[in-house]
Amino acid sequence: MSSAAPPPPPSGVPVTEAELHAYADRQLTPERAAEVAAWLAHRPDEAARVRAWEAHKRELHALYDPVLDEAVPPALRRRARRPASWSGRPALAAAAALLLVLAAGGGGWTLRGMHDAPLLADAQRANDFPARAAIAHAVYAPEVKRPVEVDGAHEDQLVTWLSKRMGAPMQAPHLQSLGYALEGGRLLPGERGPVAQFMYRDEAGHRLTLYVSNEKAGTPRTTADGLATADLRGGGRQADTAFRFASEGAVNVFWWVDGPFRYAITAPADRAALTQVSAEVYRQLAAAPP
Amino acid sequence: MHELDDDLSPWVPRLRRYARALAGNRDDADDLVQDTLERAWARAGLWRNVADMRAWLFGIMHNLHVDALRRGRLSVVALDDDTPDAVAPPPQAARAAVLDLQAALERLASEQREVLLLVALEDMAYADVARTLGIPLGTVMSRLSRGRERLRLLLDGAPSVPGGDAVRLKVVK
Repeated sequence: MSSAAPPPPPSGVPVTEAELHAYADRQLTPERAAEVAAWLAHRPDEAARVRAWEAHKRELHALYDPVLDEAVPPALRRRARRPASWSGRPALAAAAALLLVLAAGGGGWTLRGMHDAPLLADAQRANDFPARAAIAHAVYAPEVKRPVEVDGAHEDQLVTWLSKRMGAPMQAPHLQSLGYALEGGRLLPGERGPVAQFMYRDEAGHRLTLYVSNEKAGTPRTTADGLATADLRGGGRQADTAFRFASEGAVNVFWWVDGPFRYAITAPADRAALTQVSAEVYRQLAAAPP
Repeated sequence: MHELDDDLSPWVPRLRRYARALAGNRDDADDLVQDTLERAWARAGLWRNVADMRAWLFGIMHNLHVDALRRGRLSVVALDDDTPDAVAPPPQAARAAVLDLQAALERLASEQREVLLLVALEDMAYADVARTLGIPLGTVMSRLSRGRERLRLLLDGAPSVPGGDAVRLKVVK
């Protein structure tokens, strides 16, 4: 395009409506943009329309660009990250789905609450713990024939085995005084290593599980035969152990952290009953020599 | 492959901006963004086939928005309750003008509003708009043209007054 001013309207280059928009949106090649500019110079009405479009565009930015600088709500920040807790782990997702099915009749434990848990990674992980305990409960508590791997009649063997695999002395609290008899226990995969599950049963047949993880086992020095040999001496008993209660529908979870261990008690029982059981378990573990 | 394999955060502000303009209020807009992210992750296995992540993400949002409109889920909120929480609120005069703009925007047909916003806010190339919305390029142009003319009528109140600094007529609902 010649830069002689003012340029005459170019002949033989009809400007389309689409090109006017493309001109306003800077989507023409520089050459064509110059031709359209020259064309507009002689058509004030068309030029006014284009200026109006450009003005509206600026106003839209003025109105909505501040959204770019708004703090992103935590729920959105969380969902921007690849989901790790459920869908990223097929086995756990399957267990979660199973849990939903199992709980459907009982009023619906939902996993939404877990997703809406606090943002920090540690808090998220901490809140995954009662969820995992609840899933483990939902998976094994309905078992009729094989609720446990080692039954309560062989408590010594059970405790020896779990202690070895957990890399720390385990014990099965005695809850007869509260109406729960030990049925046995099993070893489960946890987030960072093995997890022990003790199962109890009351006279009505309702099951209660104690789910114990050893966080120190997560970064273990493994021996040649694969056993974790975590050093437990460093994790002293905390004076301010916080008990937490997670309630969704029929399944309730009472859980707490004690040194390197996390405990969760899960049962279709009300909060008062679980509190009582938790206090008793805590008392017995405190009484036992580490 | 995309470097954003574990994190869509860089897209969130722009998705929110577009959703805010599309839905008109913060709650519906953020719901839309949330649903978009969830669906994107649910289909993360397809990412390696996605050449244009922006078109893909905004396309997901478009589909969800259309679904929501069909179901009548999106609520209509009074404009006064609707003012975006701008970090730096524009001066009073400018604010009145942009509120009129928002009101006018809501009066556009949804298809026109989508095209206009992708072009105006996202500075999307027309071909990318076509890909995002799954419509032919010619349809993009006709919707853009009609949307812009309607907006001009709503804002300027006359078919051919100069735009830009013209005094805005009050939009009567």
